[in-house]
Amino acid sequence: MRVIVCLKRVPDTGTSIRIDISGSAIDFEGVKYIISPYDEYAIELGLRQRDASDDGELALVTLDDMSAQETLRKGLAMGADSAVLLTGDFDMDGLRTAKALAKEVESAEAELILFGIKAVDDDQQQVGPMVAALIGRPCVTGVLSFEILDGRAICCREVDSTTEVVEVDLPAVLTIAKGPHEPRLATLKNIMASKRKPLEVKAAALTESRVCVRGLFKPVSRPPGRIVGEGPDAVPELLRVLREEAKVI
Amino acid sequence: MNMSDELEAELREQVRKLCKRYPEDYWQEHDRARTYPEEFVNELTDAGYLACLIPETYGGSGLGMREAAAILEEINRSGGSAAGCHAQMYTMGTLLRHGSDEQKERWLPQIASGALRLQAFAVTEPDAGSDTTSISTFAERDGDRYIVTGKKTFISRVQQSDLMVLLARTTPREKVTKRTAGLSVFVVDLRDAGDAVRVQSVETMINHETNEVFFDGLEVPAENRIGEEGEGFAYILSGMNAERILLASESIGDALFFIDRCQIYANERIVFDRPIGQNQGVQFPIAEAYIRTKAATAMRDQAVALYDGGEPCGPAANMCKLLASEAAWEAANVAMDTFGGYGMAVEFGVERKFREARLYLVAPVANNLILSYVGQHLLDLPRSF
Ligand SMILES: Cc1cc2nc3c(=O)[nH]c(=O)nc-3n(C[C@H](O)[C@H](O)[C@H](O)COP(=O)(O)OP(=O)(O)OC[C@H]3O[C@@H](n4cnc5c(N)ncnc54)[C@H](O)[C@@H]3O)c2cc1C
Repeated sequence: MRVIVCLKRVPDTGTSIRIDISGSAIDFEGVKYIISPYDEYAIELGLRQRDASDDGELALVTLDDMSAQETLRKGLAMGADSAVLLTGDFDMDGLRTAKALAKEVESAEAELILFGIKAVDDDQQQVGPMVAALIGRPCVTGVLSFEILDGRAICCREVDSTTEVVEVDLPAVLTIAKGPHEPRLATLKNIMASKRKPLEVKAAALTESRVCVRGLFKPVSRPPGRIVGEGPDAVPELLRVLREEAKVI
Repeated sequence: MNMSDELEAELREQVRKLCKRYPEDYWQEHDRARTYPEEFVNELTDAGYLACLIPETYGGSGLGMREAAAILEEINRSGGSAAGCHAQMYTMGTLLRHGSDEQKERWLPQIASGALRLQAFAVTEPDAGSDTTSISTFAERDGDRYIVTGKKTFISRVQQSDLMVLLARTTPREKVTKRTAGLSVFVVDLRDAGDAVRVQSVETMINHETNEVFFDGLEVPAENRIGEEGEGFAYILSGMNAERILLASESIGDALFFIDRCQIYANERIVFDRPIGQNQGVQFPIAEAYIRTKAATAMRDQAVALYDGGEPCGPAANMCKLLASEAAWEAANVAMDTFGGYGMAVEFGVERKFREARLYLVAPVANNLILSYVGQHLLDLPRSF
C-alpha cells in the first residue's frame, strides 16, 4: 500500500499574525511553522494504513519554498518514510497548487492520497478535491476514519452529527477531519531517523496564477463592555439593552 | 545551525509538544492526590526520551548530555516535573560505564524499552547524608551471594522501580585506610526481594515518592555486583557529574517557568492603572532572575560540552548545579512576589513549582558541599571536614 499525504506548513496556531506593509500579505518574519493540524490527522491515518500492510510506504508531498524542508522533517519524525518538496511560490489560486501536486501524485502511483480537510491558515478547502478531479479519481471529504477492504476505502464522515459511511474505489483522494485517532507524537528514534530519510527537492510545475489577494484587514476591535447596573434593579435595563440594542431577544 | 543544533532545537520542540498534553490541571491533580504521573512517564518512555543516553546497541538513542539536558529542561519549563522519572535516564550510567558486558546485555535493553525501571539509587542513610562514606549498610559476602543489612533513607522512586542501584559497605570503615575504600555497588532486583526489603514512604512537601528502605538479610547474587568489590565509591562519583548537570537543567527549566509566568502576569495585571511590570520594583527582580538563569545556563552548557567531549567536568558540573538551583529558587521567590496573593493560590501553579524548586538546593547534594568542594579542590583552601 503506497500512501501519499499532501501537507502544508502553516504559522503556529499560537502565533499572533501581523499584516506586512503591502497590506495584502502576512508578515512572516519570525513566524514559527507547524504542519497544519488536519494534515497531522491525515498523516496519522496514513501511518496506520502503512503499518497495516506488509509493503506499506508513506510519502509526504508539499509545495513551498526551501525552508519547508524543516516541516517535512517533522512529518518524517512522525514516521513517514520519504518526502518530496516541490519548490515554488503557492498562492490563493488553489487550482494552480492542485495542478502542481496532481502531477507529482499521479507519477507516484499511490493507492491512497490524503489531505487535511483544510489548511488552518487560509481555510480554502480546495486543493484536495481539485487534485482528485485532475487525476480523475474519486474523492471523499471530511473523513474521520477509514478502513481498506478489497481495494476499496470505507470512510466514515460526519454529516449533521450523523455518521455517513461512504465506499470508494482505490486509488482515491480523502480529505481528513479531526477524528478519533489523535496524531502520534514523534519518538526520539524517529526524530533522529528523520534527518536521514530521503527528502527530494524538485521544482514545481506551476502555471500562471489567476487569483490575487487585494487586502488583509484585522477585525475591528470591539467596544469595551458596559455595566448596566447591579443586582435585580439592573434587570429591566439589561432586558431593554438586549432587546433594543443587541437585538438578541 | 549545524546538525547538533538542529537536533537539539527539534527535540525541544517535540518535548514541548508532548508536555502540552499534560497541562497544569494534570500536575495539580497528581500533586493533590500525591500520585505518580504514570501517564506522563509512560508517554515519555514510549517516545524513547528516557533512553536517550543508552547506546544504540542496547536499544537506546546513543545521544549525549546535551540532548538529555534539553529534554529535562523543557519538561520543567512546561510546568511539569521530571523528578518522577529523570533517574531512569542516568542511574544506568554506573552500569553502562562499569558493568560487565553480560550485565549490560542483561539489563540495558529492557531499561531502554522501559520494560524495566531502574530509577532508584540508594546512597543516603539516616546517619550519612552529606558524609557519604560514613554509610553503614553492609553487604556481607557469603559464597556466590552477598547478604545486605542496613537502612537507607530518602530513597526516591523505589515503589516505581524494578531495579535499584545500591551503595553498601563491603569492608567496615574502621578496617580501611581510606574512607572512600571498601564500598561496593550492586544492582538489586526489587521484584524478587520479598520481605528482605521493607519500604516506608517519607512524606515530603512535594509530590515526590521517597522512602526509608530497610534491608533485613537481603540476598544479592554476586553477579549483580558492579565492577570490583571495594571500588564502588569511584563508580558512583563518575555518575554524579551526569546527575548534577541534568538536575541543574531541571532547575533551569523551573527558573524559566517562573520567568515566563512573571513576564505574562506582570504585563497583564493592572494595579494603580498600570501593569505591575511597569514598576521597577517588580520588573528588576524579574530581570535579575533572568540574568542569573542565563549565567547558570552558560555554566551548564560548559559542563555539557566537557562531559560530551569526554573531558573532566567535575568543577563545571558542581558549579552549574549550585548556580542553577539558586537561580530557580530566586526566580521562584520573584514569582511569589510578582503574583502577590495569587502566588499562594493553588490554581495558578506557582506555589506548587515553588515547593518543587526548593528541593534542588539540598539534593542530590547540598550546595554547601559544592562550596567546600570548590574551596578545597579548586582554590586550595584548607579542608574543612
Ligand atoms: C525529596 C528528596 C529526595 C531524595 N532522593 C534521594 C535518593 O533517591 N537517593 C539518595 O541516596 N538520597 C536522596 N536524597 C537525600 C539527599 O541526597 C540528602 O538529603 C542530601 O545529600 C543532604 O543530606 P542530609 O539531608 O543528610 O543533610 P546533612 O548531611 O545532615 O546536612 C544538613 C545541612 O548541613 C550542611 N552541612 C553538613 N555538613 C557540612 C559541612 N561540612 N560544611 C558545611 N555545611 C555542612 C548541609 O549543607 C545541609 O545544609 C533525597 C532527599 C530529598 C529531600
